[in-house]
Amino acid sequence: MGIILDVTDLHIEFHDHDAPETAVEDFDLMLAKGEIVGIVGESGSGKSMSALAIAGLLNRHAISKTGKIMFQGQDLLTCDRKTLRSFQGDEISIIFQEPMTSLNPVKRIGWQVEEPLKIHHPEIKKAERKKRAIEMLHAVGLDNAEDVYYMYPHELSGGMRQRVMIASAMIGNPQILIADEPTTALDVTVQAQIVELLKTLNREMGTSIIFISHDLSLVSQLCERVIVMQKGNIVESGYTKDVFTHPIDSYTKKLIAAIPKIDL
Amino acid sequence: MKKISFKKIIKDPYLAIGILIMGLVLLMIIVGFFWTPYDPTKMSASEKLQGISLRHIMGTDNMGRDVFSRVMYGSRVTLLIAMGTIIIGAGLGTIIGAVTGYYGGVIDEVAMRIIDALFAFPSILLALVIVSVFGVGWMQLVVSLGIAFVPSFARIVRGEVLRCKDMDYIQNARLQGVGSLRMIFVHILPNIKGVLASSILIGFNNAVLAEAGLSYLGVGSQPPYASLGRMLSDAQQYMFTRPSYVMCPGIVIVLMVLGFAFLGEGIKRWE
Ligand SMILES: Nc1ncnc2c1ncn2[C@@H]1O[C@H](COP(=O)(O)OP(=O)(O)OP(=O)(O)O)[C@@H](O)[C@H]1O
Ligand SMILES: [Mg+2]
Repeated sequence: MGIILDVTDLHIEFHDHDAPETAVEDFDLMLAKGEIVGIVGESGSGKSMSALAIAGLLNRHAISKTGKIMFQGQDLLTCDRKTLRSFQGDEISIIFQEPMTSLNPVKRIGWQVEEPLKIHHPEIKKAERKKRAIEMLHAVGLDNAEDVYYMYPHELSGGMRQRVMIASAMIGNPQILIADEPTTALDVTVQAQIVELLKTLNREMGTSIIFISHDLSLVSQLCERVIVMQKGNIVESGYTKDVFTHPIDSYTKKLIAAIPKIDL
Repeated sequence: MKKISFKKIIKDPYLAIGILIMGLVLLMIIVGFFWTPYDPTKMSASEKLQGISLRHIMGTDNMGRDVFSRVMYGSRVTLLIAMGTIIIGAGLGTIIGAVTGYYGGVIDEVAMRIIDALFAFPSILLALVIVSVFGVGWMQLVVSLGIAFVPSFARIVRGEVLRCKDMDYIQNARLQGVGSLRMIFVHILPNIKGVLASSILIGFNNAVLAEAGLSYLGVGSQPPYASLGRMLSDAQQYMFTRPSYVMCPGIVIVLMVLGFAFLGEGIKRWE
């Protein structure tokens, strides 16, 4: 299968303070079309920073990045802003863990789901946009999509909002969906539903997914391959099965040992 | 956003009183477009400085003109000047505040220092200075007052935009590829419309007062079509001989100011 994203030697450094602080070191990632890769690791290990860099969202002056992030023949670290902007929300989408605050409180759901289309495909007519938005809301499991289309965020639960976020991220049919702890703020049953939804979207739309999580059991359900990070470094990577059954690195072993086991 | 319903409006005394007062004032102004009891500019030597009577419900002025007719007309002038002032002040102020708040950096620093400097003057003094540069006339008056109102709007909007731009949903829009202008005007500004609406109403208030003040100083609207403020200034020398002449336009100004204040407070609570 074709490689659609190739990250090599990614370094991310912060220059906010006197001494530069390294957030990510030697990060490599190859993502094939239609593949789901998990990134796990403790808090502060650099998962979000790597993801944001891939999404082209780390362009503050105080951050220096080296390496290569190749996507559609372009290096996302060096390409011009216009190219980057044209990918964002269309070819590469990202969702976060805060569904409660990620929707604009004064705009209707439909409007927000359609926004990426308005920006990246202004040629699409209003009626067609609406049709697609409602289809997408259906696709993410909101059965009363026609009603939800006209609702405001405060009328929806956290799980429903995360579905709306996913709908908005997926409406442009992106090549890559980055999900940064998309289920952390949700309760366990809703978590499982969201994971199931990501799986379905991946299968039906062929979207590659980078799934970031603290939760190793979710990762093992969803991801073929996994990357384990610690203190900005990749300590282990490979097929999820192999990594979880025969971890080589001592840190990975500790992580796995820490999964609560339920014996009935 | 809550739905607007009659019941809710009635429940909020601020909004209800504001709407009531402004309704009355607006009614008087609208009627004044089609009908006034007398021609507001018609003088009459035999009917100078009359008191309140059935013939002249607000009396007459020192030239024998009907004060009620002049108040109807003057309220319109005052309201239009206040509206013009707010359109310029709030329009420019919002754009400046939104852009500086959103982009930050050098533009923000420079613009805010200028705004701070302007802010240090009372707006009426500032308007006075501008009028003295542009000359007297109602256009000049509106422009001067408008400019004098820019700093306060710019400040308020900038603060709100700063608060809003770090919200998750704005970050999220950014990573969907939303450009800066669309971000400011379509994503951010609708979120601060409550604050903006109540500042506009408070601004209206200040504009009415500032216009009255400037007219009082003789640089406001020009006779024979006087604004309320102008009428006050003309009336002051008869304050003791014919109090109704001062009080009638004065009361209408107070009503307008109160009406706007109540509306502003009502809208603020509505959010
Ligand atoms: N502004 C900053 N200045 C300096 N260092 C920073 C800054 N922001 C983040 N970092 C560092 O970057 C590193 C990586 O953070 P990142 O957010 O990627 O962690 P994470 O793996 O996503 O953690 P979590 O699981 O809590 O989300 C952290 O060690 C953090 O201290
Ligand atoms: Mg993170």
